[in-house]
Amino acid sequence: MSARARLLLALGAVAALALPLVLPSNYAVNVAVMILFSAFLGQAWNIAGGFAGQTSFGHVVFFGTGAYASTILHATWGWNPWLAWPMAALAGGAVGLGIGALAFRAGLRGSYFALVTLAFAEVFRILANSAEFTRGGLGILIKADARAANFQFRDPAWFYYVALALVAASLAIAWWLRRSRFGAQLAAIRENEDAARALGIDVLRAKTLCMGISGAMAGAGGTFYAQKYLYIDPTIAFGVEKSVEMLLVSMIGGAGTVFGPLVGAVALGFVGEATRALTSAQGLGLVVYGIILVAIVARLPDGLIGLFARRAARRGGRDA
Amino acid sequence: MLEVRGLTRAFGGLKAVDGVDLDVPEGAIVGLIGPNGAGKTTCFAAIAGFVKPDAGSVRFAGADVTGREPHVVARAGMVRTFQITQPFARLSVRENVMVGAWLRHARRAEAEAAAERVARAVGMGAMLDMRAGDLTVAGRKRLELARALATSPRLLLLDEVMAGLNPTEVAEIVGVVRSIRDGGVTILLIEHVMQAVVSLAEQVHVLNQGRIIARGTPAAIVADPAVVEAYLGHGAAARLAGGGGGG
Ligand SMILES: Nc1ncnc2c1ncn2[C@@H]1O[C@H](COP(=O)(O)OP(=O)(O)OP(=O)(O)O)[C@@H](O)[C@H]1O
Ligand SMILES: [Mg+2]
Repeated sequence: MSARARLLLALGAVAALALPLVLPSNYAVNVAVMILFSAFLGQAWNIAGGFAGQTSFGHVVFFGTGAYASTILHATWGWNPWLAWPMAALAGGAVGLGIGALAFRAGLRGSYFALVTLAFAEVFRILANSAEFTRGGLGILIKADARAANFQFRDPAWFYYVALALVAASLAIAWWLRRSRFGAQLAAIRENEDAARALGIDVLRAKTLCMGISGAMAGAGGTFYAQKYLYIDPTIAFGVEKSVEMLLVSMIGGAGTVFGPLVGAVALGFVGEATRALTSAQGLGLVVYGIILVAIVARLPDGLIGLFARRAARRGGRDA
Repeated sequence: MLEVRGLTRAFGGLKAVDGVDLDVPEGAIVGLIGPNGAGKTTCFAAIAGFVKPDAGSVRFAGADVTGREPHVVARAGMVRTFQITQPFARLSVRENVMVGAWLRHARRAEAEAAAERVARAVGMGAMLDMRAGDLTVAGRKRLELARALATSPRLLLLDEVMAGLNPTEVAEIVGVVRSIRDGGVTILLIEHVMQAVVSLAEQVHVLNQGRIIARGTPAAIVADPAVVEAYLGHGAAARLAGGGGGG
């Protein structure tokens, strides 16, 4: 990393740590929490969809699996939610490995893979809707008991710091992927599977493992969400909205880049809040939001990060 | 080093490779030639695990690798290049070659150093930061070679790495290939550029319609009437002999 990049990173970290102290209201802190959380889930998607090029339309399945896993352990079995949290990651990771192994062994690629992940999410939603241990469509309520030992906080600033830690961890994973052998294998697979194979990469294993990592991250996200809102049901846990959000955040910021999902989440968060504030009519806000999204996706194939990179390159070119 | 016996692979009714026997001794440069559509590339694909052979066996370095997955074959030390180049288009040349180097190096600094060394050895030292997708045809051919070489193979299967290059570039690559062999890597080479085959290979196998029709030294092969007929059509050998030294 260059000295300049390190300085920027340090400044960003300090600003992020100080943010809850300067935000004017709990509402604003909650918006910041959701932006960070969205960045974290986007990074989970980015590991598979960006770094390895395995675009998924159903990533919510891992999020929902994690949310149900820890919530059932906590609400039904009486586990402490902090202890249930790693189990959620394990469950999400296991489902990631399972879906990955099935889909990749069957040779599914591109849009076929994307559609199959979407189908898996739907199947999980239907199962959660009908099974007894998930309490079907009723969903599961977590008893409010705002103690830190219980992974519940009265002050949303604490949720903010937990979300910030998640984002930091996800950035570290993405950074490691940029530098490591495993990350190079995923990039090779994304670019050209045959060539990757010819150079000794076990494509099936690498892709499956990558889905496991991505699934574990999204699963961990499920617990955070459940503890924040104290309620999950099949639509929240396995509905298509979260899948789309994960994908959008990552693509808008820049898929396959370390900071893409964070940039995308901040941008989407601001656009969302701005359109909500500016247009009082509900439907109109959504329309404006949609138009801005389409414009970004159409005009910036490499995402916002790509825009910065191109500008930097142009500036560098003029200086030289 | 490589022993191929009775290798057969059909696509529908067409036997693209039909009972091919092929030996590549350790340390040699062996050529595989033949007219378009003879089955050379399919032969490589069947040897390296990209298509499953219908019959026959492939032994590499004493072990049976028939029908094994390509990555298993590559890890054992036999690596192919692609006639239709397959660059990792959005990665830099350095990153492309590093993918090969990572196979034998666990640490990033080592993989990077190995990749740069190999890139320089094939004459790509100045292109390390270029996007692979922006390379010319000649650059892409070199990249195929560099990536494969970076895996520290024992046997390289080179599929037309000189096609589409101008004579100067061909001469350069000939030198590179020879120095790779001198570095201890055995080479099996598919090539249409006869000048290259003649100057590099000690032994040449000629494939036509899926079958080996001749083998021998390059000089003997060029004079073989069966080979001339395979390339130029029935009766060509007689016409050439009658016409007296033309062509
Ligand atoms: N995947 C495939 N499916 C169907 N037919 C194929 C396939 N691959 C090759 N063939 C056919 O098999 C025959 C041999 O093709 P191959 O590419 O091996 O020839 P080649 O000797 O490498 O030719 P060239 O010199 O043009 O590269 C051709 O007739 C080709 O059309
Ligand atoms: Mg060919």
